[in-house]
Amino acid sequence: MVLGRNFEDMCAQMYYRGKMFGFVHLYNGQEAVSTGFIKLLNQPDCVVSTYRDHVHALSKGVPARSVMAELFGKATGCCRGQGGSMHMFSEPHNLLGGFAFIGEGIPVATGAAFAAKYRHEVLKQSGPDGLDVTLAFFGDGTCNNGQFFECLNMAQLWKLPIVFVVENNLWAIGMSHLRATSDPEIWKKGPAFGMPGVHVDGMDVLKVREVAKEAIDRARRGEGPTLVECETYRFRGHSLADPDELRRPDEKSHYAARDPITSLKKYIIEQNLASEAELKSIEKKIDDVVEEAVEFADASPLPPRSQLLENVFADPKGFGIGPDGKYRCEDPKFTQGTAQV
Amino acid sequence: MLGAARRQLGSGPMLGQVLRRLRPASADAARGYAAAGKEITVREALNTALDEEMSADPSVFLMGEEVGEYQGAYKITKGLLDKYGPDRVLDTPITEAGFTGIGVGAAYQGLRPVIEFMTFNFSMQAIDHIINSAAKSNYMSAGQINVPIVFRGPNGAAAGVGAQHSQCYAAWYAHVPGLKVLAPYSAEDARGLLKAAIRDPDPVVFLENELLYGESFPVSDEVLDSSFSLPIGKAKIERKGKDVTITAFSKMVGYALQAADILSKEGISAEVINLRSIRPLDRAAINASVRKTNRLVTLEEGFPQHGVGAEICMSVVEESFEYLDAPVERIAGADVPMPYAANLERLAVPQVEDIVRAARRACYRAVPLAATA
Repeated sequence: MVLGRNFEDMCAQMYYRGKMFGFVHLYNGQEAVSTGFIKLLNQPDCVVSTYRDHVHALSKGVPARSVMAELFGKATGCCRGQGGSMHMFSEPHNLLGGFAFIGEGIPVATGAAFAAKYRHEVLKQSGPDGLDVTLAFFGDGTCNNGQFFECLNMAQLWKLPIVFVVENNLWAIGMSHLRATSDPEIWKKGPAFGMPGVHVDGMDVLKVREVAKEAIDRARRGEGPTLVECETYRFRGHSLADPDELRRPDEKSHYAARDPITSLKKYIIEQNLASEAELKSIEKKIDDVVEEAVEFADASPLPPRSQLLENVFADPKGFGIGPDGKYRCEDPKFTQGTAQV
Repeated sequence: MLGAARRQLGSGPMLGQVLRRLRPASADAARGYAAAGKEITVREALNTALDEEMSADPSVFLMGEEVGEYQGAYKITKGLLDKYGPDRVLDTPITEAGFTGIGVGAAYQGLRPVIEFMTFNFSMQAIDHIINSAAKSNYMSAGQINVPIVFRGPNGAAAGVGAQHSQCYAAWYAHVPGLKVLAPYSAEDARGLLKAAIRDPDPVVFLENELLYGESFPVSDEVLDSSFSLPIGKAKIERKGKDVTITAFSKMVGYALQAADILSKEGISAEVINLRSIRPLDRAAINASVRKTNRLVTLEEGFPQHGVGAEICMSVVEESFEYLDAPVERIAGADVPMPYAANLERLAVPQVEDIVRAARRACYRAVPLAATA
């Protein structure tokens, strides 16, 4: 959580210094949800997120320097600078994006869960723990979108191993959740489709973790999806370009008092799980990591010109990939004839 | 050698004779072949292609409305549910955006979905996933995540189905980098291109045509072999000619061939190119043909503005301008939503007479040669 917070604060600094550009959406205040859920996952489990995805990437294990370099648009970023803030992909960490359109990630996540079930049932490739689980993160605004409901239906219909995690921070840019939604209690929409709907205090990482554990285990056992609504709050605006004028100061201070990091620190010290000094040393370590990430990103080169036209297709020449795994058109016996026998 | 023979002979019955291997009569009788080469419908071609690819690779699965128990809205997926089971042939609820996104997510994880749209008009409900999560992903992830998915279904006008069921989406999807767009005409095209599309590691939009499903075409044994596939990005010269080039795709290829027959009686020898692949467009073949004939007529069923013909014309202007002896003629559907009345519908879609007239205009001939002789 501390990594997430410090990283996002550094992003804001870098943005105002001109090192970062475009749309940057920061996650300050919501760290408990990301940490509470993603730290329970294994490597083959998938995470699908929205444009507010920096901390999801960090929680899933993408190195801070890769994420920072991606934000700077450098060639050493996790997507070589081609994705940017809103499109973080990492195949080795099974981070499947990073989507700018809200609601776009939900069907993709449902598809990844479908693939996990397919691998288990049709291809007979099972992991030792059970099904690979997919987490779909999205916000309160998305819960009014058609794709959300389509996927709740299909995930429950086919009992897919997915957990739908709603990060309800009450605001969709400047649209209050209460102004936009006929029934603002999102967790209730789960049972309407036949799946459990749970509400949890998203500012308390331990409570989130408890609920997450149950939902993820359910999915792993093949019992199907869960809808988890996390009540949380973003301390900054929707993006760094958002003046954030519509939110009332008393609401902001109410949630600032429930800052997940300070709450957890208080809990740790009260329960004597670690001393102040140890917590301080963790924070110092994180500061170093983030500093190093910025230095790395600064020092990294911009993508070369040749990168512009690369990676549009996996198979650019379009003749297909032969049974030996190589492009057919590179085979010296390739005749460009109209059939391959 | 076989490739050269095919290019010279086009797709007429002669092809079957040249490529037919001698087979014992009992084998023929057992498989029910006509002795002079087999004919199959486009529907059978698509069905057998899906069947063979699903049998060869267990990660291929079908998803769409009515593909399973109904045997396919147009019976293309007939028999596949019985053969492969409900885990691999999935009937979906009416949720284009949802199930297309599910297909894309499954493709991210290495499966090979074939998503059927009942018609491509319905793909507009899912176009965000086709373009934003499928086409752009390999690029956005810098090659980490490729999307081996096929979106298939009927495209273009059918008969009397009205404005919302008749649009051609070739130009829409061909506009997007990251997609491959194919438009088969004959049964050979349908089989070869669908197999290539399923094996391809990138998202492919496969535009079929409802009115072609029932049409039969002769096919050689090579086409019927289960390892047959056609290269993506290569056009086919359906008919060789020397006076004017006519480019077409899908159902319009048939019309172009009919027009070419009529034109040949007037002394105009038309070369008909079956594009097969709209993206990537086989610019080399089109330009080579125009450099030979010096005149071009582009033919498509869709709306004219920003259509496939416009792109072909520009490609020829860019690469072969000095070879053009006449302005490029563009034949497209009328620039109106498709009307319902049968006579108006006929006016809204190119007909053979329109193609013949345009070819004559390109050749600067308004009267048949016979009359002037």
